[in-house]
Amino acid sequence: MPKIVIDPVTRIEGHLRIEAQVDGGTVTQAWSAGTMFRGIEIILRGRDPREAWIWTQRICGVCTMVHALASVRAVENALGIEIPDNARIVRNLIAGTQTVQDHIIHFYHLHALDWVDITLALKADPAATSRLASSLSDWPLSSATYFKGIQDRVRGLVDRGQLSLFTSGYWGHPDYRLPPEANLMAVAHYIEALELQREFIRVHAVLGSKNPHLQTFLVGGMSTAMDPVEPMAVINAERIDFIRSRFNDTLQFVTKVYIPDVIAVAGFYRDWFGRGEGTGNFLCYGDYPLGSINDPARYFFPRGAIFDRDLSRLHEVAPENVTEYVTHSWYDYAEGNGAAVHPFNGETNPRYTGPNPPYTFLNTDQKYSWLKAPRYLDRPMEVGPLARMLVAYVSGHERVRQLVDGALTQLDAPATALFSTLGRTAARALETQLIMEQLPVWLDELHMNLGRGDLRTFTPGMWDPDNWPRNTRGFGHMEAPRGALGHWVEIEDRAIKNYQAVVPTTWNGCPRDAKGQPGPYEASLPGTPLARPEQPVEILRTIHSFDPCLACSVHVVDARGGKPVVRRKGG
Amino acid sequence: MFRAPTLGAALRQQGISRREFLSFCGAMAAILSLPAGFAKVIAQALSETRLPTLVWLEFQDCAGNSESMLRSSHPDVANVVLELLSWEYHELIMAGAGQAAEELLERIVAEQEGRYLAVVEGSIPLADGGVYCTIAGRTAVDIARHVCSHAAATLAIGACAWDGGLVAADPNPTGAVGVQEAVPGIRVVNLGGCPHNPANTAALLVHYLTFGEMPALDEYNRPLFAYGRIIHDQCERRSHYDAGRYVETWGDEGARKGWCLYKMGCKGPQATFNCPTVRWNYQTSWPVKSGHNCLACASYRFWDTMSPFYRRLPQVAGFGVDTTAGEIGIALTAIVGAGTVAHAIASAVRHKIRPTETTAPGPTAVPPEPPHSPPKEDDHA
Repeated sequence: MPKIVIDPVTRIEGHLRIEAQVDGGTVTQAWSAGTMFRGIEIILRGRDPREAWIWTQRICGVCTMVHALASVRAVENALGIEIPDNARIVRNLIAGTQTVQDHIIHFYHLHALDWVDITLALKADPAATSRLASSLSDWPLSSATYFKGIQDRVRGLVDRGQLSLFTSGYWGHPDYRLPPEANLMAVAHYIEALELQREFIRVHAVLGSKNPHLQTFLVGGMSTAMDPVEPMAVINAERIDFIRSRFNDTLQFVTKVYIPDVIAVAGFYRDWFGRGEGTGNFLCYGDYPLGSINDPARYFFPRGAIFDRDLSRLHEVAPENVTEYVTHSWYDYAEGNGAAVHPFNGETNPRYTGPNPPYTFLNTDQKYSWLKAPRYLDRPMEVGPLARMLVAYVSGHERVRQLVDGALTQLDAPATALFSTLGRTAARALETQLIMEQLPVWLDELHMNLGRGDLRTFTPGMWDPDNWPRNTRGFGHMEAPRGALGHWVEIEDRAIKNYQAVVPTTWNGCPRDAKGQPGPYEASLPGTPLARPEQPVEILRTIHSFDPCLACSVHVVDARGGKPVVRRKGG
Repeated sequence: MFRAPTLGAALRQQGISRREFLSFCGAMAAILSLPAGFAKVIAQALSETRLPTLVWLEFQDCAGNSESMLRSSHPDVANVVLELLSWEYHELIMAGAGQAAEELLERIVAEQEGRYLAVVEGSIPLADGGVYCTIAGRTAVDIARHVCSHAAATLAIGACAWDGGLVAADPNPTGAVGVQEAVPGIRVVNLGGCPHNPANTAALLVHYLTFGEMPALDEYNRPLFAYGRIIHDQCERRSHYDAGRYVETWGDEGARKGWCLYKMGCKGPQATFNCPTVRWNYQTSWPVKSGHNCLACASYRFWDTMSPFYRRLPQVAGFGVDTTAGEIGIALTAIVGAGTVAHAIASAVRHKIRPTETTAPGPTAVPPEPPHSPPKEDDHA
């Protein structure tokens, strides 16, 4: 049988293409290709490093703010800046809010339709749906009348033949297994989550001015000036109450809707706890500093790596061990096609050698993606919520152990079940709960500082470029919703000389390297059975479990030893 | 073949009250700078209008404009409008993938020629045969020409789709351009901003569905109601500028008290947008309210023309004086601003521009009969 192609892979950010070899109804090999390139790091050269975050934030509008935070941290690292405690807390609040928001949208609006057949909701008995919902939690929106209203809404779409966003789904696929009532409940929660995310993200509007693309970061702190009683202050007592109310509502939703839904859906698809594993290697830089960013021992999410699914040992992580291959990526390296290059030493030579469009298949024996292939100690690594939960679990994080052990008990599954498609989906939900419990705690810290008159949000000394060294380098990192993110910057003569981002989806969605090692997406697909190869919902389940973000993942590296950058942009 | 329902029927089915609906129409009329009486006109037209299919194309994008759309306010009614638009193709959130998705797109283009709305997000790379963005093996420019040229109207949403945006910033490594340049010969309505403000986009769609036409546009084909006023003139910190009270250093007393950000590099005096009044995320905030200078993200080629973003605007005369935008700003800003003051309200109804030269509104977007005349002054909804 020839290869099957999924392009575009939808319900993700960006442009992803999967090609898969299928034999006897089972995937035997898979290739993951990013099909869009912008060259943002090239555009950054010569610009003011204090505004790099404004540019890099536009790498992605879904996980907006993550590249802003990694960027200000990289420049602050290069310039030796320690930010005030309030700026640290505000950044943690913004990042935590982002991750919670992103995970809820991912489960309900990007991933759920891999498990839920919306058309089956029409066959549900609203009274039975109400009993099902009430058995899972005491969430108030659970009456038969409520579910009847949702069902009528779906029927309205179907009756007029306009299913809107649901028009082209794989409805009726034999591997949709939920009973009609669970489908109807899921549709209701799809709509509720859409409304919840709008309200919850107003936290970003307060602390970041707007979402997407926040606008309050500064190299040295945050522009969110604080004053307990000043009505024009960005953060005052009233605004803290406003945020707290959104935190309370969202924690309720996560505890009473999101987590029970994931557990309920998983119960009907238990074999997906044994499928879609990937590489078995996991990487986490750690994040949510509780003190200085330079003190990883005081991160709320610990740093570490796991190799070969060995949960008895946590390995230390050093950013120096990150390299990237372009053997199967549309770039050239002066050192040769098989070289592995550290971000500080990378090169920028995009060169497309794929088939001329329009094309049917990529030449997967050659170069086939705009993503590079990052490696840690030469191993392909999975990053993201599962990596974070595993690293935290192995490091003995108390609350993570409670959450993970509790979920495994509820599902009657061993810890190895986490190395799977549903393991990723479950880890993402548990992480949401973990962060959502923590956000009010951090908000209280901010409130305490406000109360005792600590109003500092900015460290001014290095704002003036006159105080900068002629040449300096920095590394900034964060745990984005989709995983470990690193930015490397080199500053010379007040301008960006070099910029590079190594991004979660580059780790997860990368092509093969010089040794032929597949990336996590590629490694996760072989063995997947396809009931109907022309409707490959099974491939979407596993790929979506990683929550791909392709715009983030395609980037280039500046040339070291190439042409020196002398241009100073914009004046 | 489907028969689209009217909005009125759908609202009743979904339990949206007449009162809620009128409140939404009032908000839309306000954004569109229409007199209050128009809320009733909008309400009547929308309840009778049959709504078309919408196709949302993503090219060299970050999906920030899609995400912004997901955050649009007035959710109850907006949801209905968005659902009834039959939002069928949108990579970020559509159910189908791969072949199923592409077949659907082809079917819409073939069966609803001249009747569907096309939205474009992201720039379109022209260098090297367009290889820097392909979907289903086809280049972005190929898809854009095919889909947009058969649409009733095309909206370019966000900075990248308008003028190439960040992707086209110097040195523009992929030869990125906006839709108008990539697909010559079609009329594109541009909704700049990084991202676009979904309240404006919703208002634009409401105007189109109510009157069967686009609202008055400026020389960049942007709706005047959103891009016709200078930010500095609408800014809540303007009185501090006039009184000479500035933030001098990030985090200083002026920052805590909400003083003017001009000295920190604010581009408000050179920027036109309704950001300070419409704001974001249920009108919760906007950059200046959250203490950061404006980047003029709705200005033409702002990534290159407005950066460095922290450099103070030059040649702003007369601190503490109520300087007019025309004296400060670039010529374009002045032209647009002056035009707006005089004509915003009247032009919104008299000076309409057809979405395309060649396409009459199809059966799915029929303007209600009889045509609405402007309401009398005292005819308030």
